[in-house]
This record gives sequence, structure tokens and C-alpha cells, in this order.
Amino acid sequence: MPETYLIAFDGSDASERALTFGAERARASGARLLLAHVLEWSPYSFLSAEEVAERHKRRTEEVGRAETVILDPVRKKLAGQGLSVETVVRYGHVAEVLCDLATEYGATQIIVGRTGEKGLQARLFGSVAGTLAQAAPVPCTIVP
Amino acid sequence: MRYAFTALAAASVLASPAQASLAERIDGIFASSTGWFVNLIFANLPGTGVPWIVGWLVIGAVVFTLYFGFIQFRAFGHALQIVRGKYSDPKDAGEVSPFQALTAALSGTVGLGNIAGVAVAVSIGGAGATFWMILAGLLGMASKFTECTLGVKYRNEYPDGTVSGGPMYYIKKGFAERGLPLGGFMAVMFSIFCVLGSLGGGNMFQANQAASQVSSVLGVPTWITGLVLSGIVFLVIVGGIKSIARVTEKVVPFMGGGYFIVGMAILILNWDMIGWAFSEIIRGAFTDSGIVGGMVGAIIQGFRRAAFSNEAGIGSAAIAHSAVRTKEPISEGFVSLLEPFIDTVIICTMTALVIIITQQLLIDANTGMYILGENGRIANVEGVGAGVPLTSAAFGSAFGWAPYALSLAVFLFAFSTMITWSYYGVKAWTYMFGEGEAKELVFKLIFCFFIFVGAVTSLDAVIDFSDAALFSMAIFNIIALYFLMPIVKRELNSYLLRLKSGQIKAFK
Repeated sequence: MPETYLIAFDGSDASERALTFGAERARASGARLLLAHVLEWSPYSFLSAEEVAERHKRRTEEVGRAETVILDPVRKKLAGQGLSVETVVRYGHVAEVLCDLATEYGATQIIVGRTGEKGLQARLFGSVAGTLAQAAPVPCTIVP
Repeated sequence: MRYAFTALAAASVLASPAQASLAERIDGIFASSTGWFVNLIFANLPGTGVPWIVGWLVIGAVVFTLYFGFIQFRAFGHALQIVRGKYSDPKDAGEVSPFQALTAALSGTVGLGNIAGVAVAVSIGGAGATFWMILAGLLGMASKFTECTLGVKYRNEYPDGTVSGGPMYYIKKGFAERGLPLGGFMAVMFSIFCVLGSLGGGNMFQANQAASQVSSVLGVPTWITGLVLSGIVFLVIVGGIKSIARVTEKVVPFMGGGYFIVGMAILILNWDMIGWAFSEIIRGAFTDSGIVGGMVGAIIQGFRRAAFSNEAGIGSAAIAHSAVRTKEPISEGFVSLLEPFIDTVIICTMTALVIIITQQLLIDANTGMYILGENGRIANVEGVGAGVPLTSAAFGSAFGWAPYALSLAVFLFAFSTMITWSYYGVKAWTYMFGEGEAKELVFKLIFCFFIFVGAVTSLDAVIDFSDAALFSMAIFNIIALYFLMPIVKRELNSYLLRLKSGQIKAFK
């Protein structure tokens, strides 16, 4: 069974670098790629009554946009190059969801880009790459 | 709550005599055309001093409590687990979580009632009113459970993914399903009162209280507060500036939490008095503590406060909860039964305890009876009016900065209650006139206009009428709940069976 590389992809420069890195390795090893787009979401945030009513509609729109605008173009491009690519859109805490996805899809490696956040925000909330380095269930490559 | 604020409202005197006379004229016209309705709704039961509408809500709560076998206690732990997300499928992340549904509905009920209304209740009914308020809050949990379960079960789902629900939908569809007549008529009656209640209790009353509090503490004229509130609400509900609502929705729960923590701090500082406070509550609940009406007076005040504060049986929360996408109507009912608990049993009780423990209410040292003021209310240390000023004095006696924080809290609570009630009003409006942006806009503009009206005037009659309309919702809602409760019972039994068998499974 081929290996699966889980790549966090949100269309940012950092995630493009992670994708380029992962795609190269996949071409060499014949691994499958799983591109994951995770939308930051907390079930404990507060919504107004109107937002509650519109939530399902918005979620459908958000998922649709993530698929058509962010994931589909790169999937087509990579598939055109002969790679086996699958995509997934999820909601939640980014690092936690990536860990869950790795287990769920039996990924052998997680590849993320590093945004290079410094200062107070990174200190307080931690970064996705930092959290993954601590908590990932499989080897994790952080692409600078 | 309305009687209590007459004094406060009178304090917010208008800027010019010309305006005052116009306000008085409007007041007069309103009073003469709606007085009969107000008197009807708040009429006392024959031979008692109990407004029948309060009895109606309490009896409803007792019936639902017995019919569902004390579901509020049996399902309490399970409800907490649902809110913690134990039964939420991780694949549904991004949809409204049970926690979000709970807090959205709570933002419509936690507000001035908890701060001002409770002060009124204890200043008329004494410490004993607290006991009856807690009891009514606990009973109200069963009403909430019933109405919110039905709200989810009979909502309308539209192709674009939005939903509309609430009593008007379950009355119409539920009655049709059971082959009962008059469903359509009752649904429309409910909607009419919901629109009026939204403009009144959910709008003008809030604006009026916020404006008078800001004016008495900070000296800002009421018309400025009215204009600001009206403008902000306009930006949010008409202009679609969701960021403001989002900020408030984030701040208000923290204000609620902060209110609770400051209250707890005062109780802890006075820990040696807690035993005494509870003995006062029990003594006042079962004996004559010198208040008008004696023990019965305490019961009335406590019951009325709870019924008016947590809105259980009124049907409003069912509108908010029905919008949540859930596979199980019952689980939404379980979540909602926590609301009267949080609103009344925790927050209202906190206010009452702080007022009692800081000994704001004067007691005759010789007889142990309360000393009554001229207006039949218990005299207080500061000699301030019942309502926000009394709560403010109680908190201020422990922390000097508390009254200012309280002013901010009152303003924000009023704002978030208005936003939530504008949504309830829109739903009832579109039920009657049909869905559509233009139709919604008409209502929203009316809503914003009434914020200003509510803030600048002391229209007692308008406020009386809108309060009456709010509670009229309960007449049609509770009748419907009696007829539809067997459906809820069927759902409940099926849910509990599947929970036991593991078919409804925990994810965490």
C-alpha cells in the first residue's frame, strides 16, 4: 500500500511551499497526497440568534468556496502531473484536526508550512507547526 | 417589572415641555385604547392578588414537570454533557454547536430582568420571594424543554439552508398533524403578540431602562442614548454590520460571567452572613415577614419574577432553538432546559442574595419585620428606587466601582436582548407576511424607530401594553403545548431508549 502524505493547504505562500515539498517527495516515492483545508472553528464561540439561523447556509458556502477556489485548482494541476490526490475540508482547531485526519486516513507523514509567526500572538496561542511538532501522531515535516 | 420602573421612567423627564406634552398625548391615546387589554392580561385571579397570567405560566410549568416525570432533574446531567459537546459528531463541526444555541437563546433572556426585576421582587416581596423565584425557575425548565423540542420538530427548512421555526410553526403544523382545529388562527394570534412583544418588552422597555440608567449615572440625556442605541441596532440588523453584534455576543457572556463573579465575591466577603441570608429566605417564604400581602405576597413576587425573567412558556426561545440543525429535537429541548436554571436559579438568585446579604432592606430590630416605605415597598438603606438603583447600591456597598460597571452591563444586556428580540420579531413578521428581504426590512425599520421612542419617552401605557403583549404569547403557546405534549413524550421515550441502547452515542 502506498504511503499517504497529509498536507495542510490553505492557499497561503507557506502552504504552497509545503505542497511543493510534498509533491516532489510523492513523485519520488509514489505516495498519495491528502490535501486538507481546515477552517478555524470553535464550538464555544458565541453567535447571535440570526447567525445561528444562517450558520448551515454559511457553512455550505464556506465549504464550497474552499473546494472550488482553493483545493480544486491544485488537485487538477497535481492530478495532471500523474499524482494521486485527495482533498478534504474540515472545521475545528487546525492542529488538532490535522492530527485526527492523519489517524483517520492512515497518513504516514504530515507536511505543513511554517508561517514564521513571532511575538506575543505566537507565544500566547502557539502556532500550528509548533503544536504539530509536539502532538502529531506521525512524523511531521515543517517546511520553512 | 413594569410597575417597578414607573418611578425610574418618571425620572427620565423629557427635555422640553413641547415634547413632554406630545409624549403625554401619545401616552394618553395609547392608554385609552389599550388599557382594557392590559387590565385583562394582568387582572388578578378572583379573590387573590395573583395576576392570572402568572398562575397560567406556573400551572403550565407544573403540568409539564409532572407529565414528563421531572425531566429537568432526570436530564440535567445529560444536558450538560450535550452542551460540553460529548454527543456532537466531529464531522458536524462548523454547524451551530449546542453551546452556541444555548448562549444565543440566553442572550435574549439574561438582561435587565435579572438585575432590575429581581431588585423589584425582593423590595416588594422580601427575602422570601427568592425561594419562590427559585422554585418557579426550576419548574419553568420543563416548559422550556417542551416548547424548544417542538420548535425543532416542526420548523421549516428552506432550499438555501436557512430555517424558520417557533411556536407559530409548531402550532400550525402540529395541530394539522393531530387533526385539531384553529391551528392557523392561533399561530397568527401568537405571531401578532410576538411582534408586539418584540417591539415592547424586547425593545422599548430595554431602551427605556438603559437610557435612564445611563442618564442617572453618567448624566447623558436619554435622547442621545436612544439615538446611539437605535443607530447601532440599525447598523447591525439593517446594515448587516455583523461585527458589532459579534463583539456584543462575545462581551455579553463575559459580562454575565463577570456579574456572577462579582456577586460571588460579595457573598464570600460576607460569608458569615450566608447562613443568616438563607434563614431569612426560608423565614420570608413561609411566614409573614411584614411585607404587603404577607407570605402570599412573597409567593406572587417570586413567581412573577421567575416567569417574566426566563420567558419559559412564552415561546420566544423556541424560535432561537429551532434554527439549530440537529438530528434530535429532544437534545435541543434538553439544552434549552438549562436556560431557566442559568437565568433564574443562578443569576437572579445571585442578585437577590447580594441585596439581602449587604442588608439593603431595612428590618425593624425589635420585631424582625421589614420596615415599609410609603409606596408599600420595603425601605432600603440608600433610599433609592427599586430596580437597577437598588442592585447598584447593593453592589456599590461592597465595591465602589461596581455601579459604573453595572451601567455598562445594563447597556450591553439591553443591546443584546434587543438584537435577539429583533430576530424573534422578524420571524413572527415573516410568518404572517411571507419571507422576503423587503418584508423583513419594513419590520426592522419599525423596530429601530421604536428603540428611539422607547428611550426618550416615559410612555407607561406603551410599556404596559407591550409587556401585556409579551405575556399574551404565553396564552396561545401554552394551550398549544398542552395539545402537543404527547408528541414530545413520544420523541422523549424514543430518545431515551436509543440513548440507553447506545444508538445515540457519545463521541468523546
